[in-house]
Order: sequence, then structure tokens, then C-alpha cells
Amino acid sequence: MMRFSGLRVLKEGLTGNKGWTPHWRDPAPKPDYDIVIIGGGGHGLSTAYYLAREHGLTNVAVLEKGYIGGGNVGRNTTIVRANYFLPGNSEFYSHSLKLWENLENDLNYNVMHSQRGLINLFHSDGQRDAFARRGNAMINQGDDAILLDRDGVRKHLPYLDFDNTRFPIYGGLLHPRGGTARHDAVAWGYARGADQRGVDLIQNCEVTGIDIENGVVKGVQTTRGAIRAKKVGIVVAGRSGQVAAMAGMRLPIESHVLQAFVTEGIKPVIDHVISFGMGHFYISQSDKGGLVFGGDLDFYASYASRGNLPMTEHVMEAGMTLMPMIGKARVLRSWGGIMDMTPDGSPIIDKTHVDGLYIDCGWCYGGFKAVPGSGFSFAHLIATDRHHEPASRFRLDRFRTGRGLMDEEGTGSQHNLH
Amino acid sequence: MRITCPICGERDRREFYYQGDAVALRRPEVDDTPEDWDAYLHLRDNPAGVTRDLWYHETGCGAWLVVTRNTVTHEVLGTVLARDAAGGAA
Repeated sequence: MMRFSGLRVLKEGLTGNKGWTPHWRDPAPKPDYDIVIIGGGGHGLSTAYYLAREHGLTNVAVLEKGYIGGGNVGRNTTIVRANYFLPGNSEFYSHSLKLWENLENDLNYNVMHSQRGLINLFHSDGQRDAFARRGNAMINQGDDAILLDRDGVRKHLPYLDFDNTRFPIYGGLLHPRGGTARHDAVAWGYARGADQRGVDLIQNCEVTGIDIENGVVKGVQTTRGAIRAKKVGIVVAGRSGQVAAMAGMRLPIESHVLQAFVTEGIKPVIDHVISFGMGHFYISQSDKGGLVFGGDLDFYASYASRGNLPMTEHVMEAGMTLMPMIGKARVLRSWGGIMDMTPDGSPIIDKTHVDGLYIDCGWCYGGFKAVPGSGFSFAHLIATDRHHEPASRFRLDRFRTGRGLMDEEGTGSQHNLH
Repeated sequence: MRITCPICGERDRREFYYQGDAVALRRPEVDDTPEDWDAYLHLRDNPAGVTRDLWYHETGCGAWLVVTRNTVTHEVLGTVLARDAAGGAA
């Protein structure tokens, strides 16, 4: 097993970089496993990793229809934060952020986690009250929040248009431990960590059916043959509806498209993650120099992995409204991801009506920061059949019963509102 | 994406408000089961392919439309007034 270290980099650099080896194996599927995880994205890989590390379960396969890191985990805007308000979300994201903070040591992998601080801007007295309340909820959870007035924001972000006529900046809520991470490296680090512990990562292996007998899961059918399994976990983000249908389930999920944009690399100019909620715009700068930004959903069901121009135009307008200085940066590329939207905008980690079949989905447009926490909690549920405490409110039946809805935005628990 | 309103003709997507799956046309009766209401309010087929959803011509004529659309290609295959499609949701 190769360990990464500064010394190792130095040695390889001096010897022509000939000693590096692949980060994980490329095994063929075995006929049966104790646990099969459907979906080799960030959440599936972290689930497999924590099954092995926390529970000693290594007779595990992760089935990925494409390649590792090719889905949403490699196509997001890389923001990591724990600034949630509602019980249920608050403790979960708090736990996830703590895992992030030790992730590089844990994985022996540089995921470039950068706690550069996240600032949510507000533009009215009412919004200030709401953010003060949110900040207090974050502090009560044990996380960090600082309410900045206008001058406080100006010290951090002098380049904003503070006197914008429609949205003058009154201040911001600073979450110092918020930041970004290198998204691909998170996938690769978890993949390598799981592989090293004996998990089989099987790529180009699409699940085409879920075998169920007398209400008990028996395995899956795939494009690389049948695989038996005692337990099966579904972690397939935007494709949750299709995979769950193989087990006869309809989910409280509608898949939408969310666009993101990146400019050419420029010199360091934006040091934080900035969220301009009123304009549906947020931005950070990658270590490579590109401005990485995005806005809201296009707001229609879509699997196209691309959006339409109206939202592109809206996002550009919002960016120019907030920080006119970015107007000369040229957009290099844009893309769209498939978001598994729930009616209340909060996720699901739960058992299903089938014994041995578990589901982790509904991450909406916020799945990246949840990669460690989701994997940890889902692994706990699969291994022990008990809900992990910080994720214990992510119930599948909360929509049917109406109990425990977590509508963080306060807009109502309805499909087209999140 | 452009949507053809049966009343106004082909218009920019920005004129329309998206309500969601056309299941909204099949409202359960008051004494139907909680499961029926759950299916109506929350559960979705969420197809990758052809779907029928409900749009409101918000900045146009104000008509509710059932739009038949491909969620993979964004191709709009047809539109009818919701009035004429009532009860016929997929």
C-alpha cells in the first residue's frame, strides 16, 4: 500500500516519477458480496469507506455505471459548510464538517480542503434578524458564526457594490470554517481508501434490476452479470427514481437541472465563498484561478445534464450586480448537474419496505459537503440497522406522515419550491 | 427551451411557471387514503424521457397547460390546455 507524503513526492520527483501506481484496483465483480452499494459517486464511495473503516465490513462492492468521479462529485461547485438552521440538518452537517476537518489525515490524501470562510450577504433589517437567528442556531450546534455589519463585510470583500439600489449590502453572516475542497480528490481519496481496505470498486457496471424474494433483497442484476448480496444500498443521486423503481418504489423526488459556470484562470481575487441569496448567486475562486459560480435551479424536471440560457443570463446578471469587477473575466465553460430534489429540500437516509434494501438520496443541490457525513451515517444504518444519531431525522416517510419535515428555506414542502 | 401555448403561440420559456408533474390534475377525493394523498403530493415517477408536466403561462394569457416534454433532450413534444387534458394525466 502506497502512502503519500512530502518525502515521497520529493523522492519521486528526483527519480522521474516512475514509482507511482494506480490508486485503486479494477476488479471484475465476484458472484456475491455481503453488501452491494449501487452508485460510485462521492456518497457511495464514502459509504463503502466507512463500512470498512468503522464497521470492519470489507466484503463490499461499489457498482458504478460510468467511471469513478464522473458524476455529480466531479461536477459541482465544491463548497463545504455547516450553516444549517433546523434540527435534523444542523447536527448532520455539523458532524459532516468535523469529518471534513480530519479527512486528509484520515484518507492520507490531499483533498485541498480550504476553510477560507463563507459569507452569506443580507440586504434588509428583516434578513439581518433571520441571519442572526441562523448564526445563533449554528453556535448552539457548536459551530462557528459571526454576524458582520456593513463595515465588517467591507473589510473582507471591499470589491462588492455596497450601494446597489435594489440590494444594498447591510452585512453578512460569516461562517469561518466554511470553504471549499478539491471535488475530484474527494472521490479519489475515498475510492483509494475503500479499495485499500478490500472493497471492490466496479466501474462500467450498470445495475439493471434488483432481486427481491418474499420482501427480502437477494442481489442485483447488472450489465456485468448477476451479483448476489445480503444487503443493497442505493446511492445514485439524480438517478434515484429509476433505480428505486427497480424495487417497485416511487420516491418523493423530482430530478432537476442546476447549472454552474467557471471562468478562465485569473490571479487570486476572491478569497472567500460568497453567497448572494437575494440574487440567487454564489461564487468562489478555485486554486487554479477560475471563478466558480452558480445560481438557482432552472426549475423544471430534467436529466439533460445541461440547462437553458435564461438561467445562465440570470446568473451572469446577478454576478455583475454584486461585483461588477468580474465583468471582464471570460466564462470558460458551463454545465448542468442532475439534482435529486425532495419536496422539503432535505435528504433521505433510511431503510425501505424491502428487508436489506437501504436508500440514501434527496441531496438536492447540496450533496458535496455531505459526502463524509452521508457515507458515515449510511454505513452505520446498513451495518447496524439503526439510524446514526446525526442523520436520524432523514426519514423517507416524513412526507406521508407530515412529521419531521425539514423545510430549511421556509417556502413549503412542495416539489417546485426548492 | 420554447413552449407553444395553444392560445398565444410559441413563446420563451421565461413566460411560463413550472408547477410540476401533471399528476396535479388528478387530485384525490377528501376521504381517499393518506397514501393516495402522498402519491398525489409527493411521490413521482420522475422519468428520464417523455413526461407530462403542468405549466402556467404566467406572463402571457394565464392559461394552465399540460406540456409533453422529453426530460433528457428538453424537446417539447406537444402542449394542450389543462382544461382539455383534465383527468387524462399519464
